[in-house]
Formats: sequence, structure tokens, C-alpha cells
Amino acid sequence: MKCNLLTGNGAAAWGARLARIDYVPAFPITPQTEIIESLAAWIDAGAMDGRLVTLESEHSMITAAGAAAATGVRVFSATSSQGLLYAMEMLYTVAGWRAPFVLVNVSRGLSAPITLEADHNDILAARDSGFLQLHCATCQEVLDTVLLAYRLAEDKQVRLPVLVNLDGFYLSFTREPVEIPSQEQVDRFLPAFDAGDLKFRASVPESQAVAVLGGAPYSYFRYQTQLAACNALTAYECIAEEFAALFGRRHEAIEAYRCEGAEYLFLMMGSFATKAKAAVDQLRSAGWWIGLLRPRLLRPFPAALFKQMLGGRRAVAVIDQNLSVGAGGVLHTEVAAALYGQSDAPPVLASFVGGLGGRDIAPEEFFQMAQVIRQAAETGEALPPRLLYTETELRETRKLQAIARAERLDLGEGP
Amino acid sequence: MNGTAFKSVKQLPSTHLLGSGTPMCAGCGGLEALHQIYDVLGGRSVFVNAAGCMTLLAVYPFTPFRGSWLYTAMASAPAGAQGIRDALDILLRKEQIGAEEDLQVVALTGDGAAYGMGLSATSGAIERRLDFLYICYDNEGYGNTGQQYSAATPHGARTATSRGITGFTGYKKPLFDIWAAHKPAYVATVIGAEPLDLARKIEKAKGQKGPRLIIALSPCPTGWDFDPAESVAIGKLAVKCGMWPLKEYIDGRVAHTKQPTRRVPVERYLEKQGRFAHLFHPQRNEVLLSEIQARVDAYWEKVDS
Repeated sequence: MKCNLLTGNGAAAWGARLARIDYVPAFPITPQTEIIESLAAWIDAGAMDGRLVTLESEHSMITAAGAAAATGVRVFSATSSQGLLYAMEMLYTVAGWRAPFVLVNVSRGLSAPITLEADHNDILAARDSGFLQLHCATCQEVLDTVLLAYRLAEDKQVRLPVLVNLDGFYLSFTREPVEIPSQEQVDRFLPAFDAGDLKFRASVPESQAVAVLGGAPYSYFRYQTQLAACNALTAYECIAEEFAALFGRRHEAIEAYRCEGAEYLFLMMGSFATKAKAAVDQLRSAGWWIGLLRPRLLRPFPAALFKQMLGGRRAVAVIDQNLSVGAGGVLHTEVAAALYGQSDAPPVLASFVGGLGGRDIAPEEFFQMAQVIRQAAETGEALPPRLLYTETELRETRKLQAIARAERLDLGEGP
Repeated sequence: MNGTAFKSVKQLPSTHLLGSGTPMCAGCGGLEALHQIYDVLGGRSVFVNAAGCMTLLAVYPFTPFRGSWLYTAMASAPAGAQGIRDALDILLRKEQIGAEEDLQVVALTGDGAAYGMGLSATSGAIERRLDFLYICYDNEGYGNTGQQYSAATPHGARTATSRGITGFTGYKKPLFDIWAAHKPAYVATVIGAEPLDLARKIEKAKGQKGPRLIIALSPCPTGWDFDPAESVAIGKLAVKCGMWPLKEYIDGRVAHTKQPTRRVPVERYLEKQGRFAHLFHPQRNEVLLSEIQARVDAYWEKVDS
């Protein structure tokens, strides 16, 4: 076991290397590129026995990834943002093939306007694709989760591709101390890929992904995928348990931080949850009974765990780094659905949208959110969804608009 | 052609490997070509398919193929071929499978995918020197959706989206030239109505490594509007009038494999198809007819010179 300062991207690459992947169909995109560059360098240097091929698009990359997994090799790939969306047709397709492989997504806000920095609209666009989703908050977790993801994807009761998510910039380019397990340790946890019947061989002709006619066979195969994804709930628990026993690090489906006796909770995903943890610590010191829930596993959705962990709380602030335009925060909607009809559901389940396109969520904002939900719990007032934005930000944006306007006037265009 | 096993039509396989009873239309020129191609290629193959008419060849739980099949999507069959070829190569190199388990990887798409949406994926696969065979059945339109014009539609043809008096105003994209410009191992045009020429080309393609690409002109009774019984005759006319030159690209050179000695007027080919009926009725469109003829003449003048 060695400990290194690794970026989130470096940790993802190490996870793939230790998983002894055979094949990497690749395509560069910021902020993911460091992952495939690292793997390419190791393969070129002979440190890894794999093959990396750069395709001409993410759509082709995911097609090749699914096809190779369907032929029976262990496949890894990585993308971000527009790339994930460009591949969207194939995400649904290869999940339908039941092709098990791991795809790392380095979250980045979606165009338009085009930007480079993180939020979760990209990964959540893949929510319904059939890929399972694991969300990371630290660089160590990225490495560990890639290993867990292979076990989950290749589990005979699951057989689905898995997306591992980390936030662009905040995690992808931030160095943290990461324990790199030994290859022997990883080999004990993650044996070679057993493709089973899923393969193309001359002696065993196989038709995969054929068309169906009519709703009955279509529904049958879709339901099979749904049941397989649900199997991943139990499978994840077992795999995480085994991981903890071998490596001493526990990665629960939902991380509960200082939730004992907590009347109030923050609920959010990804690296910004570490900011929420700092806020929880400060609020606890100030006498608040508050904690944090951070779902690591988003697909399959751990609804029963949420019911259990949220039951009896006074108020919850769900913080979404995404925006389902015209509806609001995705995580809020999903948690609300899970709690519907539950007698001890928290009376206040407030929705906050923030941290879009790399925008920070400041400690004061966490304190403010805590105040808002506590007040709502006390007064019983209904809380509308809130979009986090400060007066300073508005002033800064107004300045940019003033410049744009001045430039336009200077050119003699417009009013 | 030297070294071919096929010296005459009599030497072509007399029984077909591809099963019958598929949902393709009666008189489908694409299926005719595929039968012949599959006979030469054999069942030790995996067909990677893109959205099109032939996606309906394999409908759960049936398939006419002796070998394997993977349906991908409209744009990325060559990328699917890449994934399978790379995976097989990895398994062979790591000795996880023996050479007897290896497969010919074949992309099978219509012209909609080949000339348009899938062209980027094909270009990528050729540039990466992917060892695969690409078969495009070209019925000159988006046939499976009711024959709207595609980048493969010939000038003047009436389609479901070009019903005006001049038909399709664009020109058929020169896919053979585009593919050949990538300098792959092999490119050829074929047609089911010329089975000996087709068999020799598939035999030649099969014996090589690297990207090998075939365009099969596929007379389409439903899309081109003719009696299914005429399919072979129309296919032969396409070659005889010079509109479908049978040729191959190999070793950096293009060679015509069945040059019509006396080309029949293109009218003979066009008048047999409802999609060109507006060129003849209610009155002849002399301008358009002579333009089409002139383009064919110009092509062959270049070949002959």
C-alpha cells in the first residue's frame, strides 16, 4: 500500500489500472482528458497490459465500449458533459445490451452557455439510461469506486454498465492524499472478468441486441433491466462490505455524516458535500442538531434507505447542483417521491438549487439554508424552491452586462 | 482476375447459407446481394448492423444468419465493429481464445447510414486501419421509412420528400471516391444482378486484412416503384447503361471490372422505374434526361481516356 497525492482524474486512472482493464475506447474532453492521458502513458510504457483506441466521437466510443464488453473483455472509458450527451443514444443502447463496463464521468455544466466547470446536469441526463450511478466526493473514493463499480457491473445478478461520477475541477484537478492499494489486494477483491454467455465466438453463434416486434417482448426485456438494476441494491451492500473488510474503507450507499440525533439535514451529492460537512461541524459547535446525507448510489435509487434515514427529522434541505428546467432540482423530486405517504416523513423538504457551472456554495449559504428550514419547521410555512444567488454575484453579472451594452453602443448598434 | 475460385457462374455456391423467410420486401436487391455475399463470406462472422431495412433480418427470436449479429444504432456500426475486433484481438493475444474462435467482423448498413449519419464513424474506422468488411446496401434513399431522399439518391429521382416535377435536385454523393480517398485495403461496387463479379470481389476482400468496403446497388421495388419480378433486369440495366459502374480500388488504383462495351441509353434504365416516370409523362423532360445521360457519358469518357 502506498499513499500518493493524486488528482481525482489520477485516482480514476489508478482505479482502472488496478482493475486490469483490457480495453479503453477513448475521446478527449475537458476536464476528463487527464484520465485517458494517464492510461495511454502507462500502456505505452508497458506498465499496463491494455489497448487504448481513440474513436472519432463519444457516440462511437460508447458503441465500441459496449461491443467490446459484449465480446467478453474488461472495458473502461471516461467522458464529461457534452461528450456524455453526445453518447446518450448509445448509453441507453449498451445498457440494453447488458454490457458490463465502467464509464467515469467528470461532471461539467452543459451548454448553453458553454462552460467548463462542474455541475450535475450531465450525469443526471443519463439517469434513466440503465447505467447504474455512483457519485464520489473525494479522490480516494474515486479510486475505490472504480473498483467497486467493476464488481457491481459484472455481478451475475446485475450485468449492467456503471457510471462513476466526480466533479470537474473541484475533484478532477484537486490533489488529495490517496492510498493506492497493492495489485495483489485488488486482485483478491476483483477477479478476472467472467463473461459467461455474453460473448462472440465462432463456435457459439450469438445474436445480441436484435429487434423485437410488439410491446410484450420489449417490456419483458426492459423489465429485466429494471430488475437487474434493483438487484444492484443488495449487491452493492455486499460488495461494499467486502471492500471494507479488505481495504478498511467503508463506502455506504448513502453516507450519513453526524446524523445521530439530527433534527435538520443537508442532503446533497458530490464533492460539494465536503463543504456541507464543514458547515455541519460549525453548526454543531453552535448547538445545532444537524447532519448531512450524501447518496453515493443514485441508480439504483436507494429509496428504502432514504425513508429510513429521513424518517422523524424536522426539516431537510435538499441541495441540487442541477436544474431540471421547468421543474427544479432532480434529487429533491426523487427524495420527495420516496417519502410520499410516509407517516414520519420530515414536514419540511426544501429545495435549493446551487453550484451550477462551478459556482461555489459558501459556508454562509449553508448557514442560511439551515436557518430557512428551521424557521419553516417552526412556523409551518411552505417553502418555494430557491435558486442560490448572492447580491454580489448579481452585481458582478450586471457589470458584465453593462460592458456588453457599452461595447454595443460604442459600435453604434442597438438602443 | 487471377487466382479466383470463381471462373464462371456455375462455380458459384448453389445453396444459400443465409436462411429464407426474412421480412425483406419481394424482389429486394439488397437481400439478393447479401445472400451472395454471405455464401462467399461464410458463417464465421459477426454482422454489426446499423438502423435500416436489414435491421429487421434479426427479429427476436429469429435470425437468418449462421453466425453472429449485433445491432448498434444508425450512426455507429463501424465503431461497434471496432469494439468487437479489438476485443477479439485482445483475447487472441492473451490466449484466452484460440484462432479457431476468431470471426470476420462485418458492418452492414444501408445508404442512409453509409452516405450520411455513419460516414464519420466509417472514416474513423478506415483511418484506424480497422480490419473489417463494410457492406452498404444502397437503395438510394431512406427506404425503411418509405423512401425519402438520402445523400445516395440520384439526380432527378422522385422520392417521398422530392415529389416535384424535377424530382431530387441534388446529386448522388460519390461514396466510393470518399472511401477510396482514405486509402483502405479495398473498395468495390457490386450488384446482385452480376453475381460472378460480386463473388470475385467478396472473395478478394475476404482474403485481405484492413478496411474493406463494398457498396451494393440494391434495386428496391417499393422505393423505386417497379414490379419485384424486374429487380434483376433493372440491376443489369444499371450496369449496362453505365449508371452503376462496377469497379474496385486496390493498391492505390481504381479498376473497372465489368465495363459495358456498348452502353445502352440511360432512358432504358430510367423508364422502368416509377421514381423516374415524371421524366417521361405527361411529356418527356428532355433537359433532365439529357443532363443525366451527359453525366454518365462524361464519367465513362474519363474512364476511357
